[in-house]
Formats: sequence, C-alpha cells, structure tokens
Amino acid sequence: MTVWLERHLPKMVLAPSFIAILIFVYGFIAWTAWVSLTRSRLLPRYDIEGLIQYERLFAAPRWDTAMNNLFIFGTLFILISMALGLLLAILLDQKIRTEGAIRTIYLYPMALSMIVTGTAWKWMLNPGLGVEAMVRRWGFEDFTFDWLVNPDMAIYTVVIAGVWQSSGFVMALFLAGLRSVDEEIIKAAQVDGIPTFRIYTAIIIPSMAPIFLSAFIVLSHLAIKSFDLVIALTGGGPGNATDLPATYMYAMAFSRGDIGQAASSAMVMMAVVFAIVVPYLYSELRAKND
Amino acid sequence: MAPILEIKNLYKSYGSLEILKDINISIDKGDFLVLVGPSGCGKSTLLNCIAGLEDISGGSILIDGHDMTHVSPKDRNIAMVFQSYALYPTMSVAKNITFGMKVRGVDQATQKRKLDEVAKQLQIEQLLNRRPGQLSGGQRQRVAMGRALVRDPKLFLFDEPLSNLDAKLRVEMRSEIKKLHHNLGASMVYVTHDQIEAMTLATKIVVMKSGVLQQVGSPAEIYNRPANLFVADFMGSPAMNLIPAKVTCDASSSRIEIARPDADPLVLVDQSNGDLPEDVIIGLRPEDIVEAGYRSGQNVQTATCHVDMVEPAGADTFVVSHLGGKEVTARLHAETQATPGQDLNFAFDLAKVSYFEPDTGRRLN
Amino acid sequence: MTDIPFQPRRSNTSRLFLRVLLYVLIALFALYYLMPLFVMLTTSLKSLEEIRTGSLIALPRDITFEPWQKAWSGACSGVTCEGLRPYFWNSVLLAVPAVLISTLLGAINGYVIAQWRFKGANLIFSAMLFGCFIPFQVVLLPMARVLGIMDIAGTISGLIFVHVVYGIGFTTLFFRNYYVTIPQELVKAAKVDGAGFFRIFWAIFLPLSLPIIVVTVIWQFTQIWNDFLFGVSFSQAGTQPITVALNNIVNSTTGVKEYNVDMAAAIIAALPTLLVYVVAGKYFIRGLTAGSVKG
Repeated sequence: MTVWLERHLPKMVLAPSFIAILIFVYGFIAWTAWVSLTRSRLLPRYDIEGLIQYERLFAAPRWDTAMNNLFIFGTLFILISMALGLLLAILLDQKIRTEGAIRTIYLYPMALSMIVTGTAWKWMLNPGLGVEAMVRRWGFEDFTFDWLVNPDMAIYTVVIAGVWQSSGFVMALFLAGLRSVDEEIIKAAQVDGIPTFRIYTAIIIPSMAPIFLSAFIVLSHLAIKSFDLVIALTGGGPGNATDLPATYMYAMAFSRGDIGQAASSAMVMMAVVFAIVVPYLYSELRAKND
Repeated sequence: MAPILEIKNLYKSYGSLEILKDINISIDKGDFLVLVGPSGCGKSTLLNCIAGLEDISGGSILIDGHDMTHVSPKDRNIAMVFQSYALYPTMSVAKNITFGMKVRGVDQATQKRKLDEVAKQLQIEQLLNRRPGQLSGGQRQRVAMGRALVRDPKLFLFDEPLSNLDAKLRVEMRSEIKKLHHNLGASMVYVTHDQIEAMTLATKIVVMKSGVLQQVGSPAEIYNRPANLFVADFMGSPAMNLIPAKVTCDASSSRIEIARPDADPLVLVDQSNGDLPEDVIIGLRPEDIVEAGYRSGQNVQTATCHVDMVEPAGADTFVVSHLGGKEVTARLHAETQATPGQDLNFAFDLAKVSYFEPDTGRRLN
Repeated sequence: MTDIPFQPRRSNTSRLFLRVLLYVLIALFALYYLMPLFVMLTTSLKSLEEIRTGSLIALPRDITFEPWQKAWSGACSGVTCEGLRPYFWNSVLLAVPAVLISTLLGAINGYVIAQWRFKGANLIFSAMLFGCFIPFQVVLLPMARVLGIMDIAGTISGLIFVHVVYGIGFTTLFFRNYYVTIPQELVKAAKVDGAGFFRIFWAIFLPLSLPIIVVTVIWQFTQIWNDFLFGVSFSQAGTQPITVALNNIVNSTTGVKEYNVDMAAAIIAALPTLLVYVVAGKYFIRGLTAGSVKG
C-alpha cells in the first residue's frame, strides 16, 4: 500500500491541475466549438446545424471591419514595436552610463494595465484639450490631430498606444539577445577590422533570429488578444471603426446576446492564434526533447 | 554467511530498449566492488537499481540475505554518495548530515553524537555551520561521505564520486576512500569510468559494456588475464598492445609471425602455449615489451624492431614501433638511448601474453 | 557584455559627436515613454478650469489634491458614486488569494514535472503550456455558465477561481523551468535519506525557490491586477475589480467630464503594479522574458 502510494503520489498531485486544464481549457474549447455549429442565440442550443454561424460571421460587415482592423493593427503594432525595440536595444548596448535607469523608464509601461494606458492616451489624443489643442496653442492654428474621433484613423491611435506599451518589452528581449552573442566572435570581427555597423548587421542581428521569432510570437499573441486597450481608448468607436475580433466577440456574448456569433468568432480567433503559435511551440518542444 | 549483496538475473529495460541484461553479481562482507565501463554501459543504472532508485524489469536483488527487490530505498539499509554530491543547498553541513536521522525520528542526542563522530572522522568539524555553496569541491566530497557514513549502512554505494574533482584532489580522495574502506571493514559498490580508480580501489572488479557483464574478477585477474578484447583494451593505460598475428603450432609451443612494413615478419616462439588457431590477436602490455637485457625469464624472446617514435614520460619512456599494422608501445626505462629511426633490440615477455580470437574477441589461453 | 567600441580610425571630434547624438536620442526616447505618466500626473493635480485653459504639458499652477480625493472615494461610475476605494479592495481581495494559490500549485506541479518524471509527464506539461496560449475569448461563454452552476457567478471567489485555473499554465512553466536545472541526484539523495515526496518538497526544494517564487508572484500579481477581460465578464455591480471600475468611471456619461479625476483614478489603479515594478524590476523583467520566450 505505502509502496503503491509512494509510486503514484506525484501523479496524484499533478492530477487536479491536469484535470482542471482538461476541463477548463480543452473541454471549454470543445464546448465553444460545438456551440459555434448551432443556432444558439440568447441561450445555447445543442443541435448541430452546420456552419451557419460562420456564414453569418463572414457576411457581417462589423466582423469584416474587425478582421481588417486586426490586420492593420497587428501588422503595424508588430513591425513598429520590433523596429523600435531593436533600435532601443542597440542604443542601450553602447555602454551607456545610466543604462539601468533608462531601461527602467523604457519598460515601465509594460507594468501598467491596458486600461490605464488607454485612459492616458485617450486624454492626450482627445482633440479638444490634448495634443491638437496644445500644438494649436503654440501658434499652429491649422494643426489637426483628430485621429481618435476620425473613423478612418482611429485604429492608428490604438497602434500608437500599443507600441508605447509594448516596445520597451521588445527592447528588453533584444537587449538580452545582444548580450548573449559570443563575445569572441565580436572580438574576432573587430580584429578583422569590420566596422561596428557591419558587425551588427552581419553578425549580431542574424544570430538573434530565435529572439525575433519569440518577439514576433509574443506580439502577435498580444495583438490578437487585444481587448482592454481598445475598450479603454476608443470603446470600439467611433461607431464600430476600431472593433477588433476580441471586442466583437465580447459584444456578441455579453451585450447582443448572440451566443452563436460569439462562439464562432472566438473559434476564428483561436484558429488565428494557433496558426501562429502551434508551429512555434511544436518546434520549441521538439528542440527541447532532443 | 550470506553474501552482503547478491544480484540474480537482473534485467532492466525502458520500453523495448534493454539497458541491463542478465546481470549476476555476488559480493561478500567487506568487499569493495567496482563497476567499471565506458559511459552508457549501464553501470550507473545498475547502481541505481541496487539503491532502489530505479525499478528493475526482471531478477532479484538481495542485500544481506534479504530480498530487497521491491523495497523502497530508505529501507534497504544503504547509503549513497553521488557524482554531484547532491548536498541540500539550503541546509548547513551539519543539517545535511543529520537530515536522514531527522527524517527517521532519531532523537537529538544521538544525532549530535553521531554527527560529532563522523565530523571528527572526516575532519570537517570546522565546516559544520557552513552551507554547501561555501565549500570547495573536496570539502563537499567529504560532507557527502559524512552523510553516508552517519547512516552506518550494510552497503555503501558510490556513483562516480571523484569525477568532479581536479586530478590532484582525486588521487588524494581516492586513497582516503581506500583508507575508509579498510578502517570500517565496510562493503562498498563503486561506479567509475576510470580504470585506474577501479584498479586501485577494488577488491573485485566488474567490467561492463552495453549492459552486459564482460568480466568479474580481482584487479590482478582483470589486468593479467582479460576475458576478451574489450576488457583487454579498456583496462590499463597505456592500453594493452593488441597485434594481429599468424600462428603455426604444435601441442605445447607456438611460432608467432607478426607482419611488419618494409621488413621480414617478426617471429616469436611461445614455449608454453600450444593448440592455437591460425589467426589470433596477441595481447601484450607495454611493460611486457622492454629493452633487451632488462627482462629475463624462460619465455622471454628478443627481436629487433624499428623505433618510430619516442615519448619520454618521466619515470618511463614509451617507444612506438609499427607491428602487424598497429602502433605497438613498449615501456622502456627512463635512461634509454632509443631514438626515432633506430633499430633496437626488444625483449618480449611471452609469459604474460594473452591470445584472443579475432572474430569473437574471446580469450584463447 | 558586447562591448563594441567605435573604430579607432574615426577622429575624436566625430566620435564625440556620435556619442552626444546617442545620448540625445536616448533622452528623447526616455521623454516619449515618460510623457504620458507626466501628463497624467500633472493633469490629476490641476483644477478643471486650469485644464480647459492651460496647455497639456504645462505644470499645474495651483496644485490641488481634490481630484485624487474624488477618484478615491467620490467618483461616479454608472449609478454609484463611491470612487475607486471599494474596487481597489476588491482587486486586493481577488489578487492576493489568486496569486498565492496559483503560485503554490505551479510550484508543486513544476516540482513533479521536473523532478518526478513519469511517462506522460511531458505530454501533460505540453498540454498545460498550450493552455497559456489560447485567446481567453474561447472560454468566456462556457466559464460564465460553469460559474453559474458552481454558484459563484459574479463573486470574487468566482474570479479567484478563474484566475487560478488560467494562471496554472504559466506558474507551472516558471517552476518547471527552474527546477529542471536542479540535478535529479538531490531527490535521489533525499530518498535514500528516507524523505518522502512532500518532505523533499518542503525541506529541500521550497527553500531553494525564493527567486522563482518572487518572479512568479510578481508575474501573477501584475497579470491579475491588470486583468480586464475576466473582470468585466464575470463580475457584477459591487464585485468589480479596479480596472473595470476605472473604465466605468472614465466612460461614465453622467455629469461633466472630469479629466483630472480620471487621471488620478488611472494612477491609483496603476500604482500597485508600478510600485512592484520599481521595487523589483529585475524580477519583473525576468518573468516577462521567461514567460514570453517560452510562453
């Protein structure tokens, strides 16, 4: 008995967490997938009707806007965050005396809630009293910066706030990467008389490929899940101009009472995440097991 | 008296992969058994099986006559010293040593007494309040031994305990372990890949390869009469010369021909071994090939060989010559005048020769 | 450190110029990151009148703490006007147990996976890791129903439960990656010494774990304190966490728009995590990079 207990105790200890994950992650995904194939509205129904929810979803102009926005926001957010993060990392890599303090300043937005970030930028970007008013007061009477209330431009304010929040984090990743490059290789290049700029472009940056990948994965994951930032910054408006899949899903689930649409949009979001993350995770786990 | 450790028909496999095959070992009280072999031969796995840290797939393990095959490690009456020492990093040296007693509910006074005893024996009294992180490699080694000693077990298990030490310290600790074994009269099982460690420490050596026992015997047996080519090659440094040769023989003696580049074959006549097959591999340790005149005996043969290389090693000088397609090493005295390119007269001590079957590697004489 | 000095063939003046340029750039970026915090802080100390007439980035002429007081105990969200105070305590009541429970579970899970490997343990770990990546939208609907069935819908206990369940993946990852670097011989030695599963955990592994406990606690605290999605989905009037309350106050349509109060409220909501960041930034960064490179 005690030998049996000794042998199986570790499994028994892990079991509750594993069962919880099975139910609350995999079971729930299955539930959502199931409901997305039904005619559920205010209450879930369980008779499978095929892909009608997905047909409705892809026919809905608001979903169309949401996916478009995700594409614009995702692309710009990832590209700018990466570029800015890399630039900052390289700047900080030049033996800066106050590096610790600077790094703290660049990174602190990551500690904030997206709601706080959204609130702050909403205030600064509001045309009446924010940046626009400030510049006009400086004498540029015709200056306009009304992106926040302009349906065509509002999504870019989300990019601005998102980049502000996340680029410092990308910098931290890249900085760690720059520091992990084998010092002897760099010394060898210096002895060979290769200019600093070329050392970066030809040696250091290519060797950081895995970090680029990590940063890309994290940022795309953040972009797809983005919900709070839009809610706090624009509330999805003006109109539905800054809707993202996440806000669409939430609206369907909790204010429109359209469970079928909520489920199908959630499934599409998951598909997008998994298309990006699964190959990465798979290769990571494989590499580790070798 | 029952053997202190008896392993019968032990098998161990992970899935379809067989790690240990039909292991049979028996040692008596006071024996120092060394399991030796190249990495991956299964020696550490075997030790873990003896300790009960790994389950076995077949066979049985008896310690002091009791079947311990399915008993958990703590009840096997063993103590173990690990390669990384495995000292508990957040506990002081004293707590490391007494942890086992504390777990078993030994009273404080006994704990203190035993701790003092062991600390004195290992001369680590001044270290008792330090953390493992503040100790040198050798000191950690002592503490790990202390943790084992304080158990006063029936059987000590050592898993490559010296391999993390530098060369000088390793030699020191080696002789200390030997002294300890002598003073305690304890029974020990010791795993190492270092054949010198095996030779110096063991009263009994087990040579393993790919999960199979190759030879079991005293250090002298293993060294002088290796059971096969693997053991011959593995034990001893520099390694035994293993030279392909042709033999013509009658019932009591053999004429051995060894091919040479750019010269007639080298011919040796073994007076005491007959009845050998035509193709053999002869094994001669470097110390059994010396400069002519430095070895005498009824089975010593002399022959002239070409010196290709001279490697002075302080106490000895090693001389390399090409024989039978192999580099053959001879161990000459330090003052030898041998120079590369020269022809030198060597004495081959055939009283010490081993013959092996080329295909199976089996010993023939 | 990749210490790359500028090439010696450059003249001293151009070196100096580059160096100055470097510092100017770094300072400009620092300004960019600090701007919003600065604006929030100054705005929160101005009167509404001064906000309307003054510049966004001007320092306050007459410092007033009234907006802070109002944000803390008087600001209106929807029908109630209690400020952030009750919601701040909601978040504390929610975050403290959720952080502790998920950290403890992660520690013991990581200990099992890294040190008591059994067949299938890696598969279970992969399954848990996967759970970190799902967009939580995909579990919102069934979770709302299950919380109802468990009779904890709209309660703080319900939110604690949700945060624990979806935090396990990350906490397990942290501890697993930490414990996997500890040689397995330690467990073996302890087994020979007679210690059992829990004894080895309490007496040997937990005392070793302070750094990773700090990293995990900070990570979980930041995540849970800053969460909005679960908070807004699974709470009701009275049990909302601070992020939800902040959003309600800012977007409340009743009465005059009080930017100063909004900013004070935003700073209050940000203060705990900001404080953690300033005090233990090293661990915060370690959590971020660990959590992202792997998760």
